[in-house]
Amino acid sequence: MGKGLFGRKIGMTQVFDFEGQRVPVTVLEVGPCPVLHVKTEAGPDGYNALVIGFGKKKVKQINKPDAGLFAKAGVEICAHIGEMRVSAEDVGQVEVGMMLDASAFTAGQIVDIRGISKGRGFTGVIKRHNMHMPKASHGTHEVFRHGGSLGMRTTPGRVWLGKKMAGQYGVEKVTIQNLKIHSVEPEKNLIVVRGSCPGANGSLIWIQEPSKPAKKAGV
Amino acid sequence: MNSLISYVQSGHLRFDLPSFATGDTVRVHGRIIEGEKERVQIYEGVVLRKSAGQGVDATFTVRKISNGIGVERIFPMHSPRLLKMEVLSSGKVRRAKIYFLRELQGKAAKLKKIEEQY
Repeated sequence: MGKGLFGRKIGMTQVFDFEGQRVPVTVLEVGPCPVLHVKTEAGPDGYNALVIGFGKKKVKQINKPDAGLFAKAGVEICAHIGEMRVSAEDVGQVEVGMMLDASAFTAGQIVDIRGISKGRGFTGVIKRHNMHMPKASHGTHEVFRHGGSLGMRTTPGRVWLGKKMAGQYGVEKVTIQNLKIHSVEPEKNLIVVRGSCPGANGSLIWIQEPSKPAKKAGV
Repeated sequence: MNSLISYVQSGHLRFDLPSFATGDTVRVHGRIIEGEKERVQIYEGVVLRKSAGQGVDATFTVRKISNGIGVERIFPMHSPRLLKMEVLSSGKVRRAKIYFLRELQGKAAKLKKIEEQY
């Protein structure tokens, strides 16, 4: 029913699949996410969407508009608020105050996971853009981790816009598409996903139905 | 380890293998899947080390001399592909990782056996 949910990255481990092979997996704590508001096409908003929350916050940490939202929905204060577009059919099944949890997803399902990647600070081109290191021998001196030439000569006489250089790396929104759910543990609100997810352990993630169809069946 | 991670791992752990230590000579019955066929391969050798990995990450390394060439295989401790494991004898070793065996050949590579005490 829920097209997407908030969650938290717990960490990575490995498990055995039904063939006995080791699989690298990421453990996510997903939900419970209370429905704060339901937007409908017929209503003043003009489109179908759900507003959901996740996490905890103190009363003094929120502003008055948000406080009103939580009071109206009759749920505890949430740290994170998000909106997702859903079909008219889904809107009909959901009421304000309902809890959406990990059981919205099933094992074997393909999902997209969005998060904020780990911050690496101001980073050189070797790490940031996977450029090659200059050679260390054959007369090379004073260059260790340079990116090489920036461009041509008098023509064009400038550096192309978007030239890959050093700069801030990480702390950006990253979406990993088409990850397969290995298993779901509804009693602990856990979803175990094959592969890795962006962000540090404990960071906020958003898990949703895939935005693109998987290229191969059973990816 | 995070309690939620150990919760996920708990379903994948197995406790039916006999207890063994570094220096033991063991016989491991492993399930080998080749295409659609399945067979059991027996691998016998000396346990060189048990990994520091915790929970489902734990592995152990078994060394044997195959046709005069030293072979080491690493088995995941909790793999469902391990059908059976037998401890044939226990060697007298002082350390947890007996890598020095790699340098030794012939009679020198033999470990003193610990006689079972009753």
